[in-house]
Amino acid sequence: MKVNVNRYKCGYCGACVGVCPGGALELIETWVEVDENTCTACGMCGRICPVGAIELVK
Amino acid sequence: MKERYDVIVVGAGPAGSIAAKTAAEKGLDVLLIEKRQEIGAPVRCAEGVSKEFLRKHVEIDKRWVCADVNGSRVYAPDGTKVEMAEKLSGKEVGFVLERKIFDRALAELAAKAGAEVRVRTRATGLVLEDGFVKGIRLMHLGKEYEVRADIIIGADGVESKVGRWAGIDTSLKPADIETCVQYLVAGVDIDQECCEFYLGNEIAPGGYVWVFPKGEGKANVGIGILGSKGGKFKPRPVDYLNKFVEKHFPEGKIVEMVFGGVPVSGNIEKFTANGLMLIGDAARQADPITGGGILNGMDAGKMAGEAAYKAISAGDVSEEKLEELYEKRWKTGIGKKIDTNLIVKNCFVSLSDEDLNSLAHSVEDVKFESMRLLDLLYALFKANRKLLWELHVLFKDIAVEAAKNRL
Ligand SMILES: Cc1cc2nc3c(=O)[nH]c(=O)nc-3n(C[C@H](O)[C@H](O)[C@H](O)COP(=O)(O)OP(=O)(O)OC[C@H]3O[C@@H](n4cnc5c(N)ncnc54)[C@H](O)[C@@H]3O)c2cc1C
Repeated sequence: MKVNVNRYKCGYCGACVGVCPGGALELIETWVEVDENTCTACGMCGRICPVGAIELVK
Repeated sequence: MKERYDVIVVGAGPAGSIAAKTAAEKGLDVLLIEKRQEIGAPVRCAEGVSKEFLRKHVEIDKRWVCADVNGSRVYAPDGTKVEMAEKLSGKEVGFVLERKIFDRALAELAAKAGAEVRVRTRATGLVLEDGFVKGIRLMHLGKEYEVRADIIIGADGVESKVGRWAGIDTSLKPADIETCVQYLVAGVDIDQECCEFYLGNEIAPGGYVWVFPKGEGKANVGIGILGSKGGKFKPRPVDYLNKFVEKHFPEGKIVEMVFGGVPVSGNIEKFTANGLMLIGDAARQADPITGGGILNGMDAGKMAGEAAYKAISAGDVSEEKLEELYEKRWKTGIGKKIDTNLIVKNCFVSLSDEDLNSLAHSVEDVKFESMRLLDLLYALFKANRKLLWELHVLFKDIAVEAAKNRL
């Protein structure tokens, strides 16, 4: 599993970055970058996204 | 950009700009960096602040004030209205700001005080040596730099990384964050002197909907729901907000969208390390009840700026020193208020709609002549001791304070 950020939906607010337990996400101006080596696919980011722009995909 | 500064502040929000301004005014050599190309935009805020507390930091400038507020209305799930107004005293107590202009004005004050301001400059890591933070790594227009400083101040907001890089775990649990969407709605006929709040598990689970006047027939209409109340198969904040706006402002035109998360975790264990301080949302210092974090961030910025000056003058930027100069000061002051407000938050997020309705009914006839939340809570507590028993600790403290002040 990995995290997929739909950048056409994302409002680049950084809330997901704040909840990521491992610090795998980063908000860079207008997009969110996922460090796939650190991401454990816990899904916390997807749970709190205000618009539902983040999904766990196979 | 130079190779060395006394202090580097990461993030030009209200917390960072006030920290940079304070440190620069003390004569320190300060660099303030902001990763965005435009300070203050995009906005992640409903822009409401208390006038009295804002005045402690800056002179009021009409350019960043959109509305003067002197009352608030809170609606229970069944529509019961509780009104709080300072109209009788004739004074305005709150402002709704234009943060795009406000944040930039604060950064300009920092620059005027002598700080170097750099936008589109993103911190990417810390320089750590012998257990001390000695500097920061930056990226500006695709190029990387290493800049050294005696003290780094992390004011990098809800998405903060600076603390984590130094080993302070600032990650928020879903129950520690309000996840928000807001529309700036134009063409609406609303009371421009009053802020409104709508509560209820169908309206905004674990949070609330707000309607803040923004001047000229406009309003910030937004919602925050507690992260732990949402999820994959549940409605998102944006879904709740659309429902609310369709019902209350069917004629309104949405001219701006805002997204964001507010930390409502209450005080975290520590926000200092050797050569490092965290302030504002980065230190999770927003109010757990309201989610208000502008003024707390500015207060922390001032404290951290002063602490930086004292620590550098004393030649000691160790964690112990910064803890003594900043963290202790915070925790025994505003930090205490945050602790009690966390108790209130935890009590309120567990209430059912029936509970909320009956609370509202119990104070329906009370004429609140102040907008102070504590006055409302006290009236609610007096009339509903059993339901709100968790709040008794708050009012025990109040009784003690009152007794002390009388002496
Ligand atoms: C929808 C919503 C409504 C709100 N309503 C209110 C309200 O009505 N009243 C109120 O008082 N508060 C409100 N808040 C909270 C308030 O917006 C924040 O508490 C406040 O902005 C915190 O200020 P700050 O300076 O700590 O952080 P921010 O204002 O978030 O500033 C942090 C800055 O750091 C920058 N940054 C981050 N990482 C880096 C990096 N690596 N390098 C360089 N720069 C970086 C960011 O780009 C940003 O500009 C609201 C929040 C939301 C989301």
